[in-house]
Amino acid sequence: MGRTLAEKVWDDHVVRRADGEPDLLYIDLHLVHEVTSPQAFDGLRETGRPVRRPDLTLATEDHNIPTIDVDMPIADPISRAQVEALRKNCADFGIRLYSLGNREQGIVHVVGPQLGLTQPGMTVVCGDSHTSTHGAFGALAFGIGTSEVEHVLATQALPLKPFKTMAITVDGELPAGVTAKDIILAVIARIGTGGGQGYVLEYRGSAIRSLSMEGRMTICNMSIEAGARAGMVAPDETTFAYLEGRDHAPRGEEWKRALDYWRTLGTDPDAEFDAEVVIDASTLSPYVTWGTNPGQGLSLSSVVPDPSDAADDVERVAIERALEYMDLVPGTPLREIPIDTVFIGSCTNGRIEDLRAAAEVMKGRTVKDGMRVLVVPGSARVRLQAESEGLDAVFLDAGAEWRGAGCSMCLAMNPDKLAPGERSASTSNRNFEGRQGPGGRTHLVSPAVAAATAVAGHLASPEDLGA
Amino acid sequence: MEAFVRHAGTAAPLRRSNVDTDQIIPAEYLKRITRHGFEDGLFAQWRKDPDFVLNRDEHQGVSILIAGPDFGTGSSREHAVWALQNYGFRVVISSRFADIFRGNSGKGGLLTALVDQSAVERLWDLVEARPDTVVTVDLEHRTITAGDITVDFDVDDYVRWRLMEGLDDIGLTLQHADAITRFESERPEYKPTVV
Ligand code: SF4
Repeated sequence: MGRTLAEKVWDDHVVRRADGEPDLLYIDLHLVHEVTSPQAFDGLRETGRPVRRPDLTLATEDHNIPTIDVDMPIADPISRAQVEALRKNCADFGIRLYSLGNREQGIVHVVGPQLGLTQPGMTVVCGDSHTSTHGAFGALAFGIGTSEVEHVLATQALPLKPFKTMAITVDGELPAGVTAKDIILAVIARIGTGGGQGYVLEYRGSAIRSLSMEGRMTICNMSIEAGARAGMVAPDETTFAYLEGRDHAPRGEEWKRALDYWRTLGTDPDAEFDAEVVIDASTLSPYVTWGTNPGQGLSLSSVVPDPSDAADDVERVAIERALEYMDLVPGTPLREIPIDTVFIGSCTNGRIEDLRAAAEVMKGRTVKDGMRVLVVPGSARVRLQAESEGLDAVFLDAGAEWRGAGCSMCLAMNPDKLAPGERSASTSNRNFEGRQGPGGRTHLVSPAVAAATAVAGHLASPEDLGA
Repeated sequence: MEAFVRHAGTAAPLRRSNVDTDQIIPAEYLKRITRHGFEDGLFAQWRKDPDFVLNRDEHQGVSILIAGPDFGTGSSREHAVWALQNYGFRVVISSRFADIFRGNSGKGGLLTALVDQSAVERLWDLVEARPDTVVTVDLEHRTITAGDITVDFDVDDYVRWRLMEGLDDIGLTLQHADAITRFESERPEYKPTVV
């Protein structure tokens, strides 16, 4: 019987297989950031173990660095201690680090792909659940905990139990104005925040094939929001075109050898998935979340759901609790929800294409009075690229703030936060209670919807803005 | 790592589903660079409420958490496990755990015991009615006993073995360093390095 993409990548990395034990899997690339690594390096010191492959390990500063005044010392002492610990650890253990101020610095999941380090058929791990982003290249990429970070630093391998596989097939043509973000929000609303548990998701079908690498990364990024360990897209010409010529992509003869291998990775026609979900792309529309988990999403043209319509008690309670936290009234059209803060950025939607989409909507318009709009590029390179295209001027002219690269308001570890009671439209990936600041309320949206919302002052799609 | 064979203690009922790791420990507590002291961040938002289960007099000194389905979803932060352990929990019981959280727990020595939701409901009712009930979690026999309730729980065989032996995961892998070296010698040249 044939094998799926995920199974092929898995099989090619098995260092050791023994009955009754997890497979020992080799790790091709280990990405490191300041939040989940200090205790791992401490563990190495305690046991006197070196880093086995510093050449397969890359660190960047992203989670709690500031995005303004980046040339000043980090004001918050704890954030500074964490960043300084990373700098010391990387120096002590010989690991390459892209620090604040370096032109390669940025969110770890933006940096890997843009350097061409993320390639098809690789295993990629990072102490961060959104490592699933890298699956867009046909890599098996997943988040790990700090003990596993220590494990990979020490051994470059991880004992793992095989995942199940789920095909998410999105066929048909996407209606105009519907983006990758809307696809993944619709997928999560459909299968639920636990629907992917234990699975590697493979996104397939013509609507997925038609997406750019950026769009595929947005989708794979949020696989974890459906509970899955990883999401993947089989590599194809779009993947190869994106990779060719990038800093760490193979060259010459090696490029050809790599291509030959990459072309064998796609799921075999007779392979079987453990589960399958099919979505008709032509039925999709811009999606937004109304609640406090990413599965609580609906088409923008819907209304706030009524707990009394819930299928069971557990769901009813979940809806009630979410509405209370979000301060929403059942039946309110989503379009009428007023917004005071817009965040455009994160590893979900902080790449150049996302900024272009937002700028296209904001161009020649101004953001609503009193609206705070943060545009935070995913990496220093994205920032430079955007500036060379004049996007920064579009945002600034519209009344938005143009920031340095980092995670920023995605998780509010740096000073970019919601105040209690504030309500954001955010292109990030999590709308949990307090995620963007204690008491803050988050609606997840695409970059286009975020930009339109910034102008309209309430949740809106670009079409709502008129000419 | 401390070996885990059997644990007996009192339990707290957490009647909530979908408790994500941001709720278990909010991001603002993750800035520490040590491995202890995270108990102050455990369920930080909810603990401001004097009525929250962990704040009630009758549930002081608990070491077992009986949680609703989909416990530990969201971010992969291992601090969630440390926070639970630092607070004093040795076991979390639920009918569904998020994968990463469960993996992290096994590695850190926190037992995640998987039971049917009906068993969770019975345990909730029992420890709410009689908070001083001693709940015994027997990893060797995979059973939970409390009052007149006895239920089997699920745990991965390998995790169970490691927990019972108190084995360090990295040491186990390093026993296979030769296999890793052999694998590395056959890796294709085109695979990237960061240097
Ligand atoms: S942007 Fe947000 S989700 Fe992505 S790595 Fe940073 S904090 Fe995590």
